[in-house]
Amino acid sequence: MATAEPTRSSRWRGLLSRVAVPLLAIFTALLVSAVVLVIQGTNPIDAYSALGEGAFGSQTAIIETLIKTAPFILAGLGIALAFRGGLFNIGVQGQLFMGSAFSVWVGYTFELPAIIHIPLALAAGMLGGALWAAIPGILKARNGAHEVITTIMLNFIASIVINWSISPGGPLRAPRTVVPETLPVHETARLPVLIADSRLHAGVIVALIAAFAVYWLLWRTVSGFEIRTVGANPSAARYAGINVGYNIVLTMMLSGALAGLGGAIQVLGLEPYNFTIGFNVGLGFDSIAVAVLGGIHPLGVVISAFLFGAMDAGSRLMQLRTKVPIDIVTITQGLILAFVAANVIIRQIYRIRAETEEGPVKLSELYGGED
Amino acid sequence: MDTVFFVGILGLALVKATPIAFGAMSGLMCERSGVINIAIEGMMLMGAMMAFLGSVLFDDLTGGNMPQAASLVVGLLAAMLGAGLIALLHAVLSIHYKVDQIISGTVINLLAIGITNFTANAYIDPNGIAGVGVFPVITIPILSKIPFIGPIFFDHAPLVYLMLIMVALLQYALFKTPWGLRTRAVGEHPRAADTVGINVNRRRYINVTLGGLLAGLGGAFLVLESVGRFQKLMTTGRGFIALAAMIFGKWTSVGALGSAYLFGLSEALGVRLQLGDVNELQALALLIGLGLALLALVFAGLKLLRRGTDKRPTRAIGIVAIAGLALIGAALFINWPPVEIPIQFLGLLPYVVTILVLAGFVGRAIPPAAIGKPYEKA
Repeated sequence: MATAEPTRSSRWRGLLSRVAVPLLAIFTALLVSAVVLVIQGTNPIDAYSALGEGAFGSQTAIIETLIKTAPFILAGLGIALAFRGGLFNIGVQGQLFMGSAFSVWVGYTFELPAIIHIPLALAAGMLGGALWAAIPGILKARNGAHEVITTIMLNFIASIVINWSISPGGPLRAPRTVVPETLPVHETARLPVLIADSRLHAGVIVALIAAFAVYWLLWRTVSGFEIRTVGANPSAARYAGINVGYNIVLTMMLSGALAGLGGAIQVLGLEPYNFTIGFNVGLGFDSIAVAVLGGIHPLGVVISAFLFGAMDAGSRLMQLRTKVPIDIVTITQGLILAFVAANVIIRQIYRIRAETEEGPVKLSELYGGED
Repeated sequence: MDTVFFVGILGLALVKATPIAFGAMSGLMCERSGVINIAIEGMMLMGAMMAFLGSVLFDDLTGGNMPQAASLVVGLLAAMLGAGLIALLHAVLSIHYKVDQIISGTVINLLAIGITNFTANAYIDPNGIAGVGVFPVITIPILSKIPFIGPIFFDHAPLVYLMLIMVALLQYALFKTPWGLRTRAVGEHPRAADTVGINVNRRRYINVTLGGLLAGLGGAFLVLESVGRFQKLMTTGRGFIALAAMIFGKWTSVGALGSAYLFGLSEALGVRLQLGDVNELQALALLIGLGLALLALVFAGLKLLRRGTDKRPTRAIGIVAIAGLALIGAALFINWPPVEIPIQFLGLLPYVVTILVLAGFVGRAIPPAAIGKPYEKA
C-alpha cells in the first residue's frame, strides 16, 4: 500500500498537534497544581499572577527569567543531543559540576586578556563536561554498560569529588575562607554584561549559539547524520558501515560538553563568580523535562527552557506574595513531564487525533541488552 | 581496637544497611518483572514523609491516648500507602501508557521531591510539628547472648528484623515458588509467559506496587527508627545507593543485602572516622577485609546450594576468605600509622563498585532481559 503524499493541510495539522500537545500538557499541569494550591488554602489565581509578574512583570524580572533560561537551554540541549544519538544521559548534573570546576579553575588561575581568557574558560568547562561524559560513553561502547546507571553513579561521584575539592585542604578551596568555596574568577574571565548595570550576561547568547550549533550538527552535517542513524537503529548503522562505538563516545562527549558549558556560564556569568556547595543542584534532572517537553529538538528546547526559566524566576515573587512554597514549581514541572511523556492522556482529554510522525521517546528498551 | 568496639561497628552497619536493603528489594521487585525502577529515591522520600504524618496525625486525632507503638505502626502503614500510591503512578505511566520507564522514574522523583518539600514548607515546618518518637530496641532473649553474633544481629529495633525476614522471604519466593518463577518469566521473556497464560501486565502492576510498599518501609525506617521526625530530602541519595546495591547484588535479595551491608559498613566507618575512633588506613583495611570475607561467604553458600554445578574452585574461595580474615585481623591488632585520606572518599564505594560490575570488571551484572520494554499483546 502506497503512503499518500502529505498534503499541505495534513502537514499543518501535524505541526498544530505537535505544538498543541505540549501546550495543553502545560495547561493541564498548571490546573492540577492549582488544585494542590486550593487544598493548601491559596487562591491559585493570586499565585499564578504573582508567578507571571515575577517572570515577566518588569525589566529585571525578564532579565532574571533569561538568566535562568540559559543553563536550562544548555543542559537540555545536552540531553536532547544524547537522545538523538540513542543515549539517555542522566549524567548532565555531574558533567555540569565538572564543567564549572574546570572553568572556575581556569578563570582564577591564569592572567590573560579577556578576549582569550573568556573563550578559554568556556572551553575548559566544555572539556570538563566532555571528559566526565566520556567515561560512560566508553563503558557503553566497549563493555556494554548501560549509560543510565553509570551516569547516575557518576553524578554522585562527581558531587563527592567536587565537595571534597572545596573542603578544607581540597585543591580548589579558596585560601583563608571559612566556607567551602573556590576563589572568584578574574575580571578578565567574567562574561560581559549585555545591558549595563544588570545581571544579564552573555551566557544567554552562548546558549542560543549552542542551540543553533546543535541543530546544524544534527541535520546539516555527515557526523550528525551518523549520530542520528546510530540513535535510530544501531544494528542498521553498523550494517551501513558506521562505527557505532565511536559515535556513542562522540555523542556522550558532545552532550557532556554542552552540560559543562552550562556549568561554565553559571560560574563565569553570575555573582559571586565562584563555585560553592549546593551549586545548581537539581538542574540536571529538570533538564530531562526540558528536553522531553521541547520534543528533543533544539528549537523546542530553547522554548521549553524559557518556560522553565520563567517558572523558576517567578516562583520567588509568588512565595513572597502568597506564601506558597517554591516547591509547587517542582510539582508542576514533574506533572508537565508526565503529561508530555504520556501524551495519550492529553489526547484523550482534549480529543486530539494522533499524529503519525515521531512517537514518544523510547530509550530504555535496550537497558536489558540488545536483542 | 577491642572486640566490643568492632562488634559495635558491625551492628551499626546493619542499621545503616536497613533502608538501603529495603530500597534494593523495592528495585528488585520491579526490575525482576521487567520494569526499571530509578524512582526508589522518590518512593522512599514519600514513605518517610507519610510515616511522619501518619504517626503524628494518628497521635493527634486520638488525643495522645493511644500507646506510642500504635502511632508508630500507623506511621508504618501510612508510609507503605504513600510510597505504594506513587509506585502505582509509576506503574500506570510505564505499563498502561508505555512511557519510557526512565522518564517515568524521573517524573516520580520530581513529584516526590516537590510534594514532600511543599508539605514540609507549607505545613510541617511552620507549625513546628514534632514526631512521636522512634521504635524501641527489642533485644531478643537467648539469641542476643550468643557471643559476637548476638549483639550484631539480635539487638535492634523492629524494622531491622523485618528487613532481614523480608530478604529471606523474597529470596525464597523469587527462586523457589511458582510466583517467583512467573515473575522472573515476565521479566525475562514476557511473550513466553503470556503464551502459558500469565497476565504479564497485571503481574507487573502488582510487582511495581509491592516494590513501592518495600521502598516505603525503607523511608519509614529513616523517620520511625532513626531520626524521629521528617526533614526535607532526608533520603539524601539512599534510593540511588539502593539501586547500586541491587545491581551489585545481581538482582537477588540476598546479594542486595550483602551489598547493602557493605555500603552500610562504609557509612558506619565514616561515622566512626569523624568521631576519631578509628584511623583511615585501619578503616580501609577493615572494609576491604570484611568485603572479601562476605564475598567468600556468598560464594561458599552458592557452591553448597548448587552442588556440583558451581564452577568456582574451592581453593580460590578459601584464599579469598583467608585474605579477608587476615585483613580484618590486621585491622584489629596492628597499630596503623595515621595517614590523611579524605573521609568523603569512603562514600564513593557504592557508586564505584556499581560501575565496575556493570562494565564487567568484577564479575558481570546482567539485568532481566525484557526490562525497559512495555509489553504489547500480540
